[in-house]
Amino acid sequence: MSEVIKVGMADLKLAAPPNTIRTSGLGSCVGVVIYDEMTNISGMAHVMLPDSSQSKQVTLNTAKYADTAIKELFNKMIAEGARSYSLKAKMAGGAQMFTFQSGSDVMRIGPRNVEAVKHALKQLRIPVLASDVGGKSGRTIEFDPVSKKLHIRTVNQGTVAI
Amino acid sequence: MGELRDLNQLKPFHLDVLKEIGNIGAGHAATSLSTLLKRKIDMKVPNVRVVPLQELPDQVGGAEAEVAAIFLRIEGDAPGSMFFLSAIDQAERLIRSLIENEDFQLKQPPFDQIGLSALQEVGNILSGSYLSSLADFTKLNLQPTVPGLSIDMVGAVLNYGLMSISEVSDHALVIDTHITEADNESEETSGHFFLLPDPDSFQVIFKALGVDVDE
Repeated sequence: MSEVIKVGMADLKLAAPPNTIRTSGLGSCVGVVIYDEMTNISGMAHVMLPDSSQSKQVTLNTAKYADTAIKELFNKMIAEGARSYSLKAKMAGGAQMFTFQSGSDVMRIGPRNVEAVKHALKQLRIPVLASDVGGKSGRTIEFDPVSKKLHIRTVNQGTVAI
Repeated sequence: MGELRDLNQLKPFHLDVLKEIGNIGAGHAATSLSTLLKRKIDMKVPNVRVVPLQELPDQVGGAEAEVAAIFLRIEGDAPGSMFFLSAIDQAERLIRSLIENEDFQLKQPPFDQIGLSALQEVGNILSGSYLSSLADFTKLNLQPTVPGLSIDMVGAVLNYGLMSISEVSDHALVIDTHITEADNESEETSGHFFLLPDPDSFQVIFKALGVDVDE
């Protein structure tokens, strides 16, 4: 029996076949999948904010920030037996759910999250093979470690796979 | 407790004060809606809770539930975020009776522009009356931004309003008030008001109301 592993907001988890891994209701948040093409070990993070150095928290939730979440996901996967040279990534999210006249920084959080995730992946030399980012729609994503497809569902456009 | 950033430090009487804020704000908003629709609108006793950010979408049907969401930021003395969330069916009902067009729907775009404007205007009126009563009560300067409208998944729309809270905490304090149509037999909730004060605003609100935060 295969299971769907659920990743919450500001959360990260690993998955291996036959299980799939999923996160629901991505708005300005970004869902990142890292997978090992050879071992099929996969992981997903639901990132809320770009930069942990901006945090005002006493205890840092590393899964919340792009920089720390990607690093932690990478470390967990390596510990699980993934090989750093065969890691690939796919990502989705970073939407602008509401449009406002004032262009304050908080409101541009989607694009900033996307940039921060790309940057963190680049530093670890993990190529992004597919992405579906930006726009105005919320997304629910599910990754299948066997087919390596990321299924993306939006409210009005149905499901696509990248 | 100084900064009052740890929400677990809030005492029951603090929550009672916030409940009263929800009562006053949503009460005025319900009256405005009632005038607009020429129908009786009921309001439930507000629910004030400290919720882990991850669990917030579960209060309104789960991250994937589709809603009509009106969102605005509160600027001024006590910044925060405010949502009016309504199930798609309920929002359709509301707008149909308002614009007298039974064909209005929010399930498949393109949406009727007049209906969307009406929905946005409802959001304006509701949040405006909620906030102005709150500002009167607390004597604080609270300015709403122009509300944004989104028809989408609950999780996705809430992400936005949680941004400034999540920089500081993994929990949000939610002042949740349900409003329903009095003669709606199904007793389905017509809408939820979510008031999410930014962490630094609690102290300001309590101080304005003369409530001791250091007790």
